[in-house]
Amino acid sequence: MKSINTPQELEKIRKEIVDGRDPEKPCIAITSGTSARAYGSEKVIDTLRAELKRQGLTEKIGIRITGGQGFDEREPLVIVYPQDILYQQVTPKDIAEIVSETLLGNRIIDRLLYTDPHTEEKIANKDDIPFYKAQTPYIFGNNSNIDPTSIEDYFAIGGYSALAKVLTEFSPEQVIDIIKKSGLRGRGGGGFPTGIKWESCRNAPGNKHYVICNADEGDPGAYMDRGLLEGNPHSIVEGMMIGAYAIGSDEGYVYVRYEYPLASENVEKAIEQLREYGLLGKNILGTAFNFDIKVSRGGGAFICGESTALMASLEGKVGEPRAKHIHTVESGLWDQPTDLNNVETWANVPLIINKGVDWYTSIGTEGSKGTKIFSLVGKVKNTGLVEVPMGMTIREIVYDIGGGIAGNGTFKAVQTGGPSGGAIPASLIDMPVDYDKLAEVGSMMGSGGMIVMDDKTCMVDIARYFMNFLKDESCGKCTTCREGTRRMYEVLDAIIQGEGKEGDIELLEELSWVVAEGSLCALGQTAPNPVLSTIQYFRDEYEVHIKEKRCPAGVCKALITYSIDEENCTGCGACKKVCPVEAIAGEKKELHTIDPDKCIRCGACIAACNFDAVKVE
Amino acid sequence: MIKFTIDGVEVEAEEGQNVLQVALDNGFDIPHLCYHEALEPYGACRLCQVEVTRGNRTRLTTSCNYPALEGIKVQTGTEKVMKARKMVIELLVARSPNVPIIKEVAEEYSVETPRFTLEDDDCILCGLCERVCREIVGVEAISFLGRGSDRKVGPPLEINPQTCIACGACVYICPTDCIKVEENENERTIVRWGRTLPMKKCTVCRRSFAPWFQLDYFGKITEGIPKDFWDKCPDCR
Amino acid sequence: MNQKGIDTILKKHGYEDSSIIAILQDLQEEDNYLSENDLVYISENLPIPLTRIYRIATFYNAFSLTPRGKYPINVCLGTACHVRGAPMVLDRLRLELGIDVGGVTEDGLFSLETVNCLGACAMGPIVVVGKDYHGQMTPAKVGTALKKYQKPSKE
Repeated sequence: MKSINTPQELEKIRKEIVDGRDPEKPCIAITSGTSARAYGSEKVIDTLRAELKRQGLTEKIGIRITGGQGFDEREPLVIVYPQDILYQQVTPKDIAEIVSETLLGNRIIDRLLYTDPHTEEKIANKDDIPFYKAQTPYIFGNNSNIDPTSIEDYFAIGGYSALAKVLTEFSPEQVIDIIKKSGLRGRGGGGFPTGIKWESCRNAPGNKHYVICNADEGDPGAYMDRGLLEGNPHSIVEGMMIGAYAIGSDEGYVYVRYEYPLASENVEKAIEQLREYGLLGKNILGTAFNFDIKVSRGGGAFICGESTALMASLEGKVGEPRAKHIHTVESGLWDQPTDLNNVETWANVPLIINKGVDWYTSIGTEGSKGTKIFSLVGKVKNTGLVEVPMGMTIREIVYDIGGGIAGNGTFKAVQTGGPSGGAIPASLIDMPVDYDKLAEVGSMMGSGGMIVMDDKTCMVDIARYFMNFLKDESCGKCTTCREGTRRMYEVLDAIIQGEGKEGDIELLEELSWVVAEGSLCALGQTAPNPVLSTIQYFRDEYEVHIKEKRCPAGVCKALITYSIDEENCTGCGACKKVCPVEAIAGEKKELHTIDPDKCIRCGACIAACNFDAVKVE
Repeated sequence: MIKFTIDGVEVEAEEGQNVLQVALDNGFDIPHLCYHEALEPYGACRLCQVEVTRGNRTRLTTSCNYPALEGIKVQTGTEKVMKARKMVIELLVARSPNVPIIKEVAEEYSVETPRFTLEDDDCILCGLCERVCREIVGVEAISFLGRGSDRKVGPPLEINPQTCIACGACVYICPTDCIKVEENENERTIVRWGRTLPMKKCTVCRRSFAPWFQLDYFGKITEGIPKDFWDKCPDCR
Repeated sequence: MNQKGIDTILKKHGYEDSSIIAILQDLQEEDNYLSENDLVYISENLPIPLTRIYRIATFYNAFSLTPRGKYPINVCLGTACHVRGAPMVLDRLRLELGIDVGGVTEDGLFSLETVNCLGACAMGPIVVVGKDYHGQMTPAKVGTALKKYQKPSKE
């Protein structure tokens, strides 16, 4: 591999790669990020390779294995070029047909196309699918165009041109100015202005500065960073290099959470390839800029997403946060000035440099510029990663892109900001999504998790869920967080067990105050948010649980009973077969009954019944 | 000298001092459980919280690890401070209702029966034992284990710390008195950690005075001390 | 693991004690858990106080100080999975395997753990068995999913 020593050489290599590729050459792209692999994409790829070999087509037809392309619900996705036809939920059995019918025969296979559930229309082109249509995937869209393990693919789409531009045309101060003017705010949840952070770090005294990519993405239900790291790791590395230049750093770390092995692998590969091309180390692109970067894996601790805990972990210690009277930009990793930014924040940087501040600031709202990638999950039809301009409303995201509520439930709330965030009720469905608006209603942007909840979701159960999560993930150092979160959990657990009492809500509010005010770090300080926001918008639900010992959503096991509806039951016995505690009795073709004393409300009978005969009260 | 105020009274501090120490030196009685002036401040118990005004921002913060800064205004008894303090005490009482020092603090601040299920933990996870062992004694025999509600202090594998020299620093510094030491002519045991060490007898007075292992350690970390120094007890040296 | 194997791991990480987390991960990847002997060896050879190793091994979820099952089972309890019924899947697993979270089955085949989000929320609820991801899990599907691993291996 030739070493790239100047920006001119970079352009030359880029041209060589692009010229050497035939845009008309037939090619099949298959998604194979973690989601797709869970659906068996690796077998699909193997089958495709074998089929092409069998037909002697390996030279003629290209295969591109990409990261996730957003529509995870329908993966593995296969896109056939140059026709640009998207097939969804592809299995190995479909491969032979795809090759012969579409690749060679130019015919579309209807059954593999996405069907619009409202119009029943079959849609062949990705951009016409409602899920994709309303999005503005300036960052995430590149996942479709590259194999993340190929730096040449990244060069081909203009990769590292932003870095070259920065190193040759701008001083570090000018770069900071650009980022400040762009209005880029931290995408990890804090929303702090990135340009100001970079500036503070640059100005902090010390002869060693570090840059870190926080890829600990701990919010349950949020996986945008995984999508980016797996699908386009170079975009993050390029962003970090630009940031390092601006801040005066020559050493960077990507801290990837333990639960993301593929992301870790792909970033390592990207770094290796970058090094092979001579683009890491000393005098990058022939300039005075030196930089090297390493991947470090987390050990399985949500708290390591907090910047001081993350840095402690990088130093080989436990992830215990420290008081932030002195900020990490002044004294961070190894007590040196350190700039830590989220994966998505870094990915925005090359985009801003390449497209310019005017273009970037034209997207989004007054206080929140650019786009945000959300993980739209939960009780929504189209689950996946979506990239939208800041300011799009919840309704547009959940309905236009998400396709509305899955199943026959009704929209109840959307939870944003993970365990530090809050629930936004149906009454606020038309609010625009941006940093400040979300904070106003008692939630926060967080890292981008957007969990859709319907009428069968119990909000008290959700509060308890988050408290359970937080008490386990708390590092345990400070009394307020450690004792406070577990006592809040105890109160909530008692409520869902039917043992709630008058005054519990007020006790929760009081505990919330001391945990928020008295805790050392942001985990504790924001821990009460899910409880406070559900009390704010769903207080009546709490009161029904406490006063009437009833769960309207039908979730809290201690407060519900299962019974079989006489009208719908056909006596098929399917429920009886699957009941793990033999609580169901009944003869064939006769009404079955559930013994409420034995029933553990596990839901197996509900899943097994084809006649909707099991009722929950 | 750094000048600032505590409850309206002007105080002076040196560079590097923390607010709590300055307050205590000047007679202000801020409760604290995990702070010791010989050790690095930790900020775990949250009892020493005060309100600090810096510039135009006022916030509730622990005073043990807040640096003394020019011109700050510290308030030790505002409504907010008292509310926070009382709730922290309530949480501690719920965890450790039978620990004498907790009962004392609860009485002082009129915290009565906690509204939570009472437990009976004798350790409040202040970390003084592990800090003294690591920072001053230097043998790092015990540490925090686990996290969150399962957090506790102990040696690796929870028994018989191999580097412990049974010096008793942890026994001395523990505010809840939950680390006990037992001793007879022949051996000393730090009960909580399950560490028993044989005692050495003084060559002069024949009384046992320190564990062999401990004296060996001291011999290793000091220089220029004759070997027979460690054979005699402090009274006979 | 034998000492030579551990030496290789230590060498790979340059005998840096700040890399202790990565070192323990490599060890656990091989042996499926961290044994006392191995940790003592690392303590003596890195070197790093044994206390510090145990502090780290008990703090981070990734590590297990007791042998796990041949096929460690991880149930995702992320919010999206929770909303889609993950707790019921977990309960069913408890019943089917006869163990609680943190336990190992008698035959050493399965151990049960939970994880607070795998980031594969589109296919929730998810259960990972060994290295296989099983998506859209329901209590009813648990039995069939486990059968695949209970068959005598012919490899």
